[in-house]
Amino acid sequence: MVREIHQNSPEPHRKRGLPWALSTMAGCLLAALPVFGNAEDPSQMPNMFKPQSSPAHAIFHLSLFVLAICAVIFVIVFSLLTYSVIKFRRRANDDGREPPPIYGSNQIELAWTVIPVLIVLVLFLATARVIHGIQQAKPPAEAIEVVAIGHQFWWEFRYPALGVVTANELHVPVSDTSHPTPTFITLLSADTDHSFWVPRLAGKTDLIPNRENHMWIDPHQPGIFIGQCAQYCGTQHAKMLLRVYADSPDQFQKWVQEQSKPAQVSESAKEGRRVFETTACINCHAVSGTVADGRFGPDLTHLMSRDTIASGAATNTSENLRLWIHNPEAIKPGSLMPAMNLNQRYLDAVTAYLETLR
Amino acid sequence: MASETIALTAAHDVPQPIGTILHDWVTTVDHKKLGILYILYALVFLVIGGIEATIMRIQLIVPHNHFVSPQVFNRMFTMHGTTMIFFVAMPILFGFGNYLIPLMIGARDMAFPRLNAWSFWLTAFGGLLLYFSFIGGNGLYGAGTAPDVGWFAYAPLTATAFSIGHSTDFWTLGLLVSGFGSIGTAINILATIVCLRCPGMTLGKMPLLVWLNLVMAAMVLLAISPLTAAQMMLSLDRFLGAHFFDTLAGGSAVMWMHFFWIFGHPEVYVLVIPAFAFASEIIPVFSRKPIFGYPVMVAATICIGFVGFSVWAHHMFTVGMNSYANSFFTITTMAIGVPTGIKIFNWIGTMWGGKIIFKTPMLFCIAFLFQFLIAGLTGIMLSAAPFDWQLGNSYFVVAHFHYVIVGGILFTLFGAFYYWFPKMSGRMYNETLGKLHFWLFFIGFHLTFDFMHIPGLLGMPRRIYTYEPGRGWDIWNLICTIGVFFQIAGTIVFVGNLLWSYFKGKAAGNDPWDAWTLEWSTSSPPVDYNFAEIPVVNSRRPLWDIKHPEDPDWKYE
Repeated sequence: MVREIHQNSPEPHRKRGLPWALSTMAGCLLAALPVFGNAEDPSQMPNMFKPQSSPAHAIFHLSLFVLAICAVIFVIVFSLLTYSVIKFRRRANDDGREPPPIYGSNQIELAWTVIPVLIVLVLFLATARVIHGIQQAKPPAEAIEVVAIGHQFWWEFRYPALGVVTANELHVPVSDTSHPTPTFITLLSADTDHSFWVPRLAGKTDLIPNRENHMWIDPHQPGIFIGQCAQYCGTQHAKMLLRVYADSPDQFQKWVQEQSKPAQVSESAKEGRRVFETTACINCHAVSGTVADGRFGPDLTHLMSRDTIASGAATNTSENLRLWIHNPEAIKPGSLMPAMNLNQRYLDAVTAYLETLR
Repeated sequence: MASETIALTAAHDVPQPIGTILHDWVTTVDHKKLGILYILYALVFLVIGGIEATIMRIQLIVPHNHFVSPQVFNRMFTMHGTTMIFFVAMPILFGFGNYLIPLMIGARDMAFPRLNAWSFWLTAFGGLLLYFSFIGGNGLYGAGTAPDVGWFAYAPLTATAFSIGHSTDFWTLGLLVSGFGSIGTAINILATIVCLRCPGMTLGKMPLLVWLNLVMAAMVLLAISPLTAAQMMLSLDRFLGAHFFDTLAGGSAVMWMHFFWIFGHPEVYVLVIPAFAFASEIIPVFSRKPIFGYPVMVAATICIGFVGFSVWAHHMFTVGMNSYANSFFTITTMAIGVPTGIKIFNWIGTMWGGKIIFKTPMLFCIAFLFQFLIAGLTGIMLSAAPFDWQLGNSYFVVAHFHYVIVGGILFTLFGAFYYWFPKMSGRMYNETLGKLHFWLFFIGFHLTFDFMHIPGLLGMPRRIYTYEPGRGWDIWNLICTIGVFFQIAGTIVFVGNLLWSYFKGKAAGNDPWDAWTLEWSTSSPPVDYNFAEIPVVNSRRPLWDIKHPEDPDWKYE
């Protein structure tokens, strides 16, 4: 673990001494926390102490510095408190006399005012540097542009320059230091407040109606990064899950190409398509190249390219898909998708149709 | 000095019919009775809020639990937060303030006794109005409901489009009504302290508790006003089609946040300053030393009072303020750590060289010092805006503010209960049960809230009714829930101790702690008029001067 921190640190040798030792210890301890839990796959955990993107790295290093200072303060004050509670307890053989009254000391008061002021100043300067570094970063020419729109209770992702629309699973290219392709995300909301939080990639930023917010990420390694909505947004806030797929540049290009195509219409799913297009499905869902052009729910043009449905609440399997159409409450109670009340035959047909949307 | 009382008290020993007693309590304008009413009322809501918290913790004990539905869970956290802040913490602190301030400044009542009664009953009806939403939230049909918008009720969730029925209206009106009560009490406390101090008690000779309540009352007056304004605007939105916060009609969600938090953060200090006040009375008495650095303690409190009004937007680091605003609220928030730190150092200074007696009130105050230290340090972490972008709205924040509110405020409150119970009831509590309560609650608190920081660091957001397995959160949530049962056991011991001691406890006498402030100079419980003669004081510790005429404080202060 120590090695990993050193590798990721752009300036590993500058902060040494007690704060550094403590912060390294704290970092190791915190990064190792999941080991104590009964977790299956540590790489899937949204652990902010395993950053994989520049903003998350900057926050990680700042947090170690803040933790180190707090640890030093804690050790000092904790020791003073413990010492005074033990040392100045009334003994069994007490003579019953009152201890000498002491009303105060200006020198001591001055000392424990000035020293904290200096600590605050140092902390503030270190923090302000990171705030400005993250918030004032300018997108390079190669940056990917994404518009994320929060809905009750799912995510809409639009790539205006690439003509791609998808939901809940954001695909971005890995950003190489020699050839940076960060992703700049514009955050909007269609209804209530939401918050985009993928701890290993960046801190959270809210999606607020009538307001445009911005954030950016630049994953350093390919992988899936887990997050979820972090601002209470209504009944199903808990299952407004979020996945970011960091693809290699080639994979990302391939993904964009596939997503840009209109829906593949297969002969075998003709009945399902007819049912889909003649029921209320199309009021909310869009399938490009067909009459379905609703905007209230996720775009389904390439539904089968996604690993999950219902904003991460279930894996994208045939059974789950069928259950979701039949009775959304079973997967996500309070979700805004209504049960469609289709008979068994139509249910199978619509499921089969959706499964052709690759 | 009023160290003896006139023999009028005998009249009270004659048993009276229950109707007369009830009438007496309902129509009372006596600050002591109103104080006790506030405290009892808050204790009832403490139990209700605790039940709501327990329901949430049981739901979160394992991932994908089905103990309650998401709708019920969302109502629980909304009602838990609202109840604990507005109908437990504020009334209970007002209750102690009401009871103690006139006694400590040698007055016979508050400045405006009728306003005092009016404020209490407004607060009481505000709470009832809020809880009526369980029956009437959807109108009077069906099973009823309760607000599910979160205790800070961010717009536009409160707009009619997202919150149908009247549950949000009950929330709004309940807080509006109790807010008027709070404003009345704040005015009353200010007027009492400014006008009714006994001869000799200059501002510099007031007990610290009184000083801190003065600052608290001033903060209430300033902080409740924006909340009241916001609640009125929200009601206009909901009933008359105004568009202050209705984003569908172009309203501003962020404006609600500003309104709410410019109330909400000073509110934290409104709650914690009276907690500091209890610690500042209890720690000196059980260390047998006067408070260390009295003028600095007063200055630090006033400083917190002012700076407390310039930190609110640290609750909004994630809403996309620009980097300069984020920097500003980072420095003000960090700066408020300085006067708070000074207080902790002065309490250590008070214990230093003393002879500490570990009675139950002191145990709670010592635990408070350790816990408030940790709460302050996690506060420093959250004040660094980028760190907050990760920690904000996660379980780390939940752990942090429960460390402040439970570990800081509730612990000193328990200390205050045990410390002043002999004065209020005239009987001594059971020390063994008191210590049992302390240890049960101490263990429960640390099991629940220490381990609650960790899922936050591992990416668990707050206000989720369930969570996915395999994220490393399971074990910590299990431990948190186990801690709750220790806290429940502790609370049962506490209530049992109070009830048992009230009926069976030993007579406490006027001054069981050998303390130094004026409330201990009168009988326990104090007579209606408090003091037979208005006392005259020469120092901050008038009873010390009487007990030690050879070495009085006024020679040194």
